[in-house]
Amino acid sequence: MRATDTSDPEYFHKVVDCQYACPAHTPVPAYIRLIAQERYTDAYLINWESNVFPGVLGRTCDRPCEPACRRGRVEEEPVAICRLKRVAADFKDDVAAMLPKAGKPNGKKIALIGAGPASLTVARDLAPLGYELHVYDEQPKGGGFMRSQIPSFRLPESVLDEEIGYILDMGVTTVFDTYVDSMAEMLTKGYDAIFVGSGAPRGRDLPKLPGRQEADANIHIGINWLSGVAFEHTKEIGKRVIVLGGGNTAMDCCRTSRRLGGEEVKVIVRSPFDDMKASPWEKEDAMHEGIPILDNHVPLEFVVEDGKLVGMKFDKVEAKYDADGRRQLISTGEAPEFVPCDDVIIAIGQENAFPWIEKETGIRFTSWGTPIINDDETFQSTRKEVFFGGDSAFGPSNIITAVAHGHKAAVSIDLYCQGKDLSKRPPPNVTLVGQKMGIHEWSYDSVPILDERKVVPLEDLTRSLADRMVEVELGFDAETAFIEAERCLNCDAQTVFTDANCIECDACTDICPTSCITFTENAEEPELRQKLMVPAENETQDLYVSGDLPTGRVMVKDEDVCLHCGLCAERCPTAAWDMQMFLYNMAKATPNLLEGAK
Amino acid sequence: MSYYKPKFRHPNLPKNDLGYTVADYDGSISTLCAGCGHDSISAAIRNACFLSSIPPHKIAKLSGIGCSSKMPTYFLGKSHGFNSVHGRMPSVATGASVANRDLIYLGVSGDGDTASIGMGQFVHLIRRNVNMTYIVANNGCYGLTKGQDSATADLGSVNKYGGTNPFDGIDLASLALLQGASFVARSFSGDKEQLEPLIRAAMAHRGFAFIDVVSPCVTFANHSGSTKSYAATREHLDAMPVDFVPMREEIRTSYREGSSQSVTLHDGSIIHLMKAREDYRADDRTEALMAVQSANASGDILTGLLYLDPNSQDLNQTINLATKPLNKLGKDELCPGSRVLNSINEGLR
Repeated sequence: MRATDTSDPEYFHKVVDCQYACPAHTPVPAYIRLIAQERYTDAYLINWESNVFPGVLGRTCDRPCEPACRRGRVEEEPVAICRLKRVAADFKDDVAAMLPKAGKPNGKKIALIGAGPASLTVARDLAPLGYELHVYDEQPKGGGFMRSQIPSFRLPESVLDEEIGYILDMGVTTVFDTYVDSMAEMLTKGYDAIFVGSGAPRGRDLPKLPGRQEADANIHIGINWLSGVAFEHTKEIGKRVIVLGGGNTAMDCCRTSRRLGGEEVKVIVRSPFDDMKASPWEKEDAMHEGIPILDNHVPLEFVVEDGKLVGMKFDKVEAKYDADGRRQLISTGEAPEFVPCDDVIIAIGQENAFPWIEKETGIRFTSWGTPIINDDETFQSTRKEVFFGGDSAFGPSNIITAVAHGHKAAVSIDLYCQGKDLSKRPPPNVTLVGQKMGIHEWSYDSVPILDERKVVPLEDLTRSLADRMVEVELGFDAETAFIEAERCLNCDAQTVFTDANCIECDACTDICPTSCITFTENAEEPELRQKLMVPAENETQDLYVSGDLPTGRVMVKDEDVCLHCGLCAERCPTAAWDMQMFLYNMAKATPNLLEGAK
Repeated sequence: MSYYKPKFRHPNLPKNDLGYTVADYDGSISTLCAGCGHDSISAAIRNACFLSSIPPHKIAKLSGIGCSSKMPTYFLGKSHGFNSVHGRMPSVATGASVANRDLIYLGVSGDGDTASIGMGQFVHLIRRNVNMTYIVANNGCYGLTKGQDSATADLGSVNKYGGTNPFDGIDLASLALLQGASFVARSFSGDKEQLEPLIRAAMAHRGFAFIDVVSPCVTFANHSGSTKSYAATREHLDAMPVDFVPMREEIRTSYREGSSQSVTLHDGSIIHLMKAREDYRADDRTEALMAVQSANASGDILTGLLYLDPNSQDLNQTINLATKPLNKLGKDELCPGSRVLNSINEGLR
């Protein structure tokens, strides 16, 4: 293998598994260390710069970081990254004065359609540069799906209002209670660029299922129904409720039903339990509230008696997988199962819908109904001044993905408005700094603690079911947060190897607790992976290979289960190994967003 | 701060026949200097015991005083250990091996502990062929007292203070050969591929097995004037590769005909000696002595298994000791009673 080029920041970026997995590349270990130091405000600001909504995401994020967390590969459970983010938000001081202000007007005017996380991120990134920003939304308040889809018992309105406020307070003009019904018209309003962050607003229905029309009064589309609840148009539901669907929206619908009068609420899903799209913890939370999940049930019909919905019939199926892993649901042949109910909520997915974008605008769409976009860096549509992001770009995803789209789109819009080439993207902001403090001392807590993952305490069930505004999760207290923070392995403290210093004494190989380092003859990657002290079977993790050493061998480090404990560097007599802190911030329209504010 | 080795281990660490991983043979974290050759020897011992599937509680580690003699703390944390007076480990080892012949004895010493203060005791271990492995971590200087020349420092080697050593060093491997040791080897701490099989063979050997290991003192003797630095040792290394196949294992490696000679130990284990030199024979003491001397004369460091007598008779056999360890002999065996006394008396009539 060729020697690893660590001057390419992407190599060390990939080593920080959580940050690499995060669509917005939030520097996770950096803020976790600050939490351990009780520097909650600083931890919050690192988050805010990167993901814009730390308080919201600390409660609702899909957490792509946690399955990626290295800790999950050396013991049972990853670090509770998401809930630590909430700790930063819960315990921070007033940060308003530390945030950037609107920049001196630069004469450019941008329209943002939809006030969800993608648009708000674009606004946050562009406001300090002096752009005049107009945010349109059909609802009376900003937040988009964060407000209309996520129930208050998971995300208190105050948290949402605060974090949206930080952005709108940067001189953003809001055009709320206004449904944009014509892109052609928007294009005539003199905007230098238009960003579409209108989400994937059409909830899927089951229009052809028998009884659908007759029972319409008691059948609700999940996302519309949740929105009705959030804006208090809907205040109750029947005692017996069936929620169809296995995603996170279904979980929010069933738990909301429990708080609006639903006593017997069931989630009924076509697929097997393990194939459901909902995050495991959201399924657990629903079951904790006494909601059974019936899997392998395919809906057959809505049963209507005397013009009123009385229940649904389901075909029981079994999942069969072919050699390619494709799933088929095969009927067991049993008699259809009747489940009585008063109301049905359909939460089986959502789609993009752009009835308001006219053909003559030149904005073209794929056969999936999503806009044709230049690439997933620029987010530019087939009409050059129109950009898409969030769910409206590639279909339904999650908040953190929308934020990441927003950052990139903001960079594009800024380049576009300056007449620059959109493909020439600014580089990420990267630093790499030695951490040695003494022979046995590093500037970070290098010794991993053995504590198991901490469980977040919950509000009393009766109390939380009685009021949909009562937040279910209570969040970590400071002491628990400290222990959880200390579980972090500091993967951003990089093991940096300098070939020229190595005397091949084997000290690093001998001390490494997880047998990551091997000195051996070089070979092609597949062979080299097998030659290591413990074969490197996890191919998603890179090998760090040195140049040739004096004996003709090379140093090979398998990044997979490195604890970043620094013992290799402590036992190295010549500082061929060093622990260097790696900070990576993805490129944003406003570089050094927070420094500018100071 | 880390005077502590994290408890997490690689989840796929291989297991040996006993179901142990190499981590089960770990000791405390080393307090020797970073990069000390001795730490590599510790790791080689750990790996050797793991590979040979020796239950840790069947091993007794013995040492004297010095950097080298601190080493047993840093490997085999679940084995027996005795840290004796300076240079007096051989008498403790002799007593222990006689008292409990079921344990495997592993002595770890240094050039000071063996070639200076302990020289008198060392040669008697050889003379008596005590059943043990004796490893000298040889760095040619007194590291624990700031790097003065030791008795094994080579003539002309420059010490930390810039002084040149005016004396010839004692060559412990030659001494062991001369004195009649039944297993003599030399190795280098930076060559685990050779050191590990040598340690495994030494532990399988019945009788006194001696391994002199060049182990650079990274703090006081790893500079350009030192003859026992990492760089100088590698430059002058003349290594004869060794492979060790324990009795119960199949021979999987195929050796080119004529390229190796194999020696079978008393327990059926086999040592393969890859011929770095066409004419080398490990079963000829005179030739071994010649080879070591001529290598020394040309400034080379000849490493590998220098001499082996697989059928030697150890101390316990020589003095006709009971086959059971003393602590397992019960009252009836120690005081067999008047019937046995009578039969002895009868035999003398």
